[in-house]
Amino acid sequence: MEEKISLEIVTPDRQLVKEMVDEITAPGSEGYFGVLPGHIPFLTTLKIGEVAYRRERETRYLAVSWGYAQVEPAKMVILAEIAEPAEEIDIERAQRARMRAEKRLEEKTEELDFERARAALEKALIRLQVATKKLPQ
Amino acid sequence: MPSLRAIKRRITSVKNTQKITRAMKMVAAAKLRRSQDRLMAARPYAWKMAEVVTSLAQRAAPESHPLLAPREGNRWEVVVITADKGLCGGFNSNVLRQTTHFLGEHPGEEIGLGLIGRKGKDFFRRRKVQIKREYLDIFRALSYPIAANIGQEILADYLQGETDRVYLIFNEFKSTMSQRVTIRPLLPITPAGPVKEDLIDFIYEPSAGQVIDELLRKYVEVQIYQALLESAAGEYAARMTAMDSATENAAEMIDHLTLTFNKARQAAITKELIEVVSGADALKG
Repeated sequence: MEEKISLEIVTPDRQLVKEMVDEITAPGSEGYFGVLPGHIPFLTTLKIGEVAYRRERETRYLAVSWGYAQVEPAKMVILAEIAEPAEEIDIERAQRARMRAEKRLEEKTEELDFERARAALEKALIRLQVATKKLPQ
Repeated sequence: MPSLRAIKRRITSVKNTQKITRAMKMVAAAKLRRSQDRLMAARPYAWKMAEVVTSLAQRAAPESHPLLAPREGNRWEVVVITADKGLCGGFNSNVLRQTTHFLGEHPGEEIGLGLIGRKGKDFFRRRKVQIKREYLDIFRALSYPIAANIGQEILADYLQGETDRVYLIFNEFKSTMSQRVTIRPLLPITPAGPVKEDLIDFIYEPSAGQVIDELLRKYVEVQIYQALLESAAGEYAARMTAMDSATENAAEMIDHLTLTFNKARQAAITKELIEVVSGADALKG
């Protein structure tokens, strides 16, 4: 297939991706969705999850937390609060974060803290999951 | 003419001052580099965000969301961003002057100030203005969550009807040599940019209302973050320039004093010679 879609991923700290790709999947708030060139205009919030984009035969993965995705037929923009490419994830740090979150979840605390701990755990799990999908160097 | 010793002391003191200004210049230059990098890195996000919000706002009717609808009320909030420290030329005074000017131009409005940075607080504390909120010492470890926090507080007041309009006044980083004071309306959100003709209808998830609401709130936070970064980079640039010229002025002063010192020394030698010669003459006679 000749047609491609332009993908931009930006966070408040930097621009991570700006390239032409074949296919994208992203964690929409209503579930994961796939985007191919010619997608119908679409605006969604994102939740914690994994973004994957494929260029020819190479697929790259990023862990994202919160944000927005705006899709138009020829371009997609992801505004993420946090985004980390698989290559940059510090597995040990993610492990520690996961353990911390699990410990906090075990202790019975107030509602708000519970929500935060749950989100932290989810983030750590996604980071660990994405980290296993590094491109072979 | 002052004594040789006094001049000498002056020279030493100016040299010490020069050492300090030179060190401050170096520090500011290093910090400028870092904050400039951050500013550049943050721009794409802010621009993309503005793009999305603009296209959204053009589609949605202003009445459809409280953050888009203009209000009649006269309770305004002006958020002023200054530095925490001085010694940076006209950086702080420019913003404060513009703010005072702005306040003077709108005597009919009930204006509360949001002050970010110590200098703004020091300036307005002694004046008869209402201060709604203060944030000090946030530039040392500036991060997005700090900006988000400020944004939430401003939004909360606005949505509760405590304020009807919000402005931002800050130094925009143009280049190392120039910072320009910018007054930017923050709320209600007025989309800038060209109106696109071919407005495509979007599908929204979870729902149009929710997406728009979240995006608009985020947009306010991003604008504040951007303004903070601009101001931080501007502050270091201003300090670097100010300290550079201070170092130069010190060098000039040292040159001048050295000249005076040499002249005084020459005069002293001449005087001594004359004394010796005339003393010898007197003995001879």
